[in-house]
Amino acid sequence: MIARLQGARQRPATGTLLPHQKGSSMSAPTAAIRAGATRRTAGASRASRRKSWRGFGYALPNALFVIGLFVLPLLLVLQMSASRWPLLSGNQGWNFPANFTKAVTHRLFADSVVFTLKYTLLATVLLILIGLGLGLLVQESSRWKGFLRTSILLPSALGLASASLLFYVLYSPIAGPFAETMQSLGISFLGTPTMALLSTTFLIVWRYAGFYMLLMLVGLQGIPSDVFEAARTDGASVWQTFRHITLPLLKPTLALTTVMCVTGSLLAFEQFYILTKGGPDNSTITVVQLIYSVAFQGQNDLGVAGALSVIALIALVVINAVQLRAFAKDKDE
Amino acid sequence: MRIFRNRRARSLVGLVAAGALALGLAACSGNTAAPSASAPASVSASGTDDGASLTLWTRAPLEKQAKLLVAAYNAGHKNQVQLTVVPNDDYVAKVGAAAGSNSLPDLFAADIVYVPNWIKQGLFKDLTANIDAMPFKDSINKGHLAAGTSEGKEYVLPFVLDLSMLFWNKDLFKEAGLDPEKAPATMAEYAAAAKKIQDLKKPGVYGTATGLNCGGCLVFTWFPSIWASGDEPMTPDGSASLLNGANAKKIYDIWADLWASGAVLPSSKDEAGPTWTAGFTEGKVGLMFYPATLLSSTKFDVGVAGIPGVDGGASTFVGGDGIGISKDSQKSPQAVNFLNWMMSEEAQVGVLAKDNDAVSRGDLANNEFSAKDPRVVTINEVAAKGGTPVALNFQQAYNAVGSPWVTMVRNQVLNKANTVDKDNEQITAVLAQQ
Repeated sequence: MIARLQGARQRPATGTLLPHQKGSSMSAPTAAIRAGATRRTAGASRASRRKSWRGFGYALPNALFVIGLFVLPLLLVLQMSASRWPLLSGNQGWNFPANFTKAVTHRLFADSVVFTLKYTLLATVLLILIGLGLGLLVQESSRWKGFLRTSILLPSALGLASASLLFYVLYSPIAGPFAETMQSLGISFLGTPTMALLSTTFLIVWRYAGFYMLLMLVGLQGIPSDVFEAARTDGASVWQTFRHITLPLLKPTLALTTVMCVTGSLLAFEQFYILTKGGPDNSTITVVQLIYSVAFQGQNDLGVAGALSVIALIALVVINAVQLRAFAKDKDE
Repeated sequence: MRIFRNRRARSLVGLVAAGALALGLAACSGNTAAPSASAPASVSASGTDDGASLTLWTRAPLEKQAKLLVAAYNAGHKNQVQLTVVPNDDYVAKVGAAAGSNSLPDLFAADIVYVPNWIKQGLFKDLTANIDAMPFKDSINKGHLAAGTSEGKEYVLPFVLDLSMLFWNKDLFKEAGLDPEKAPATMAEYAAAAKKIQDLKKPGVYGTATGLNCGGCLVFTWFPSIWASGDEPMTPDGSASLLNGANAKKIYDIWADLWASGAVLPSSKDEAGPTWTAGFTEGKVGLMFYPATLLSSTKFDVGVAGIPGVDGGASTFVGGDGIGISKDSQKSPQAVNFLNWMMSEEAQVGVLAKDNDAVSRGDLANNEFSAKDPRVVTINEVAAKGGTPVALNFQQAYNAVGSPWVTMVRNQVLNKANTVDKDNEQITAVLAQQ
C-alpha cells in the first residue's frame, strides 16, 4: 500500500518526482528477482548483497534530499501542529490537541472543505474529459497535428501564478478588455460565488488541458496498433472501438491522471489567492488558502495552520488510497 | 517498503531516520529562545554616525516616501541605509520568518495597526529614552505614538503617515452643478453629491467608489466617519467591537442606499484592494474617501477635506507605518541616528513636505511647501484630529481575507441583512482572543 501511495505522491504541486519512488511501484518484478536470488549459491548471494549496498549508495544523495526537504519539514509540521507556535514569537511548547480543536472549529473550516471538494470535482471531471478529447483529436496524423499539439500545450509553459495574474487583468472590471461589455451586460467574472468558481475553473482548464492532453496522448500511443486493426477487421464501430478497446487499455493512464488531478485540485491555492482572494463573501476559500491565511494573514498562528496541514495531509492520503484501490480492483476484474 | 532488500539496510535507514528526527527536533527547539526585546536601546541622544551599514525594511505602498527618506539620509551621513521594499501581502510573513530566525533588519516599518501586536511579540527595542529626549516630542503625531506605546514604554516613531481624506473631482462637480470649492459636510451631503454626479449619466462615470471586499480599505475610509460622528469603533483596549452603534448603523444605511441607487462604481463590490483607488485616479469617480499619499500623483484638479460623520465633523484614519529598531539589531546607536534625523525638520519638511506628503510633527504642519498648497495644510490639520485604532488582533478582525468586518459590511450594504449585532459579536470574538 505504501509503495503505491508513494507513486501517487508524484504530482507537480510538491515537485518531488523521485526515481526510487517511481521504481517502488514495480514491486512485483523485484519480488521475482528476490525469489530467484535465494536459489543461487552462497557466493552469488554475497555478491548480490554487495550490489544492494552499492544500490543503496546510489540512492543516498536522493535520500538526503528527501530527508532534508520532505521528512524534516513533515516532522516540523507535526511538531507545530502540537505546539503553541505564534508566527512572530516562535515555539511556546506543547499544547496538543488545542490546535486541532481550533482548526476544526475555525469559522471558515467547513466552508473551505466543502468548496475545495466542489472545485476538485468540477476541475477533475472537466480536465479528464477535455484532456481525453484533445488527446483523441491530436492522436490522428494530419497536416495540423504539430500545430494543434503545440498550441494546446503552450499555456502549460506558463507558471500558474503568472497565468492567474494574466486572467486577473482579463477579468478585471476596471482594467480588463471586456470590462465595458461585461458591465453593460451586468455580468462580473468574479462577482458571484458561481461566476468566481467558473471563471477560475476556466483558467485552470486553459492552463492544464494541454498537459493532460499530453498524458492521454502518451497513453493512447502505448496501445498497440494491431489491437485496433483486429477490431476494425471484426467490423467494430468507432464507438465500440473506443468503448471496448481504447478505454480499458487506457485505464492506467486514466488512473494516473485522475489521481494527479484530484491531488492538485485539493491543494489549489494560487489561482484563488490571486483571482478572488477567497471572495465574494468567503465563497472561494480553499483549504490551503485557509492554512495560508491562518499562518500569515491575521491569526499568524503556525500551530493551528500546522494542525490544518496535518488534517489536509491525512485526508489526501486517504483519498489517494481509496482512488488507487478502486482502480486496482478494476484491473483485477 | 520493498526498496530495501535486507534487514541491515533497513536498520541503517531506521538509524538515519532516527538521527534526522533528533536533528529536526534539535533544530526546532532552537526556536524556543524567548525574545529579549525589552532591553532598552539606550544610546546618546543623537546616536552614532560612524559609517555603519544599516538595513531597513518597508512595504511596497510606502516605497516612494521610503526611497526619498533613505536617499536623503545616505547623502548626508556616513551611515548608509540599505532599503528593502517588500510586497504588501508578503510583509507579515517575511517579518514573521525573520523574527523566528532572529534575522530582522536593524530598522523596520510596520503598518501602524499591527504595531501593538508586534510590540507585544517583542519585535521592537524600547526607545523611550530617545523619544523622551526629543524637544518636540509633544508635537509628534499622537495616534502613532499611542499605537507604539505599551505599558508606558515607547517603541515606535511615525515613519510615513497615510491619511484617508475626502477627495473630489472638481471638474465633475462643476458639470453636475455642485460647488467645486465646497466639500460635502455630512454623510448625507456626500451621498447627495455622489447621486448628482451619477445623474450626469456619463458613460463609465460613477458617483463614488470604495472597496467592499477589502477590509483594510473599509477600515481606512469608514472608521473616520464613525469618529467624526462622535463614536468609537472599538473599546479603548481594543478587545470589543462597537460597530453596531447608532451612528455606525446610519453609515451602513447611507452606503446601502448609495449602492442600491447605482451611484457606486460596480467593481467596488468585489474590490479586494489592488485597484480600489483606480476609478478615481482615472477621473471616472466623482468623490471618494482616498489616501492622501496619492495627492502628489493626482494629475487633475481635486479638492481635499476631512472625512465627514453622519451630522458633520471631520476625521481621518492616521494610518501608514511606524518604524522602530528590531530586537535583532546590533547597531542601535546608528539606527537611533537615522530615527533622530527622520524626525528632524530637515527630513520632515525638506523631504516629506517637499514631496507633498504629510509631516508627522504638528509643529511643522505649516511650512514653506504647504504654504503653496492649502490642501496640504488641510491634510496636516485633520491629521491632528484623526484616530489610529489600537487592538492586538486588529489584522485578523479587520484586514485579513474573509474577516468578520468584511462580512459585516457586505451584509449591511449589499444584502441589507438584519445581522449587524450578530456580525458585531463575531468581530468581538476575534478581538477578544488571547
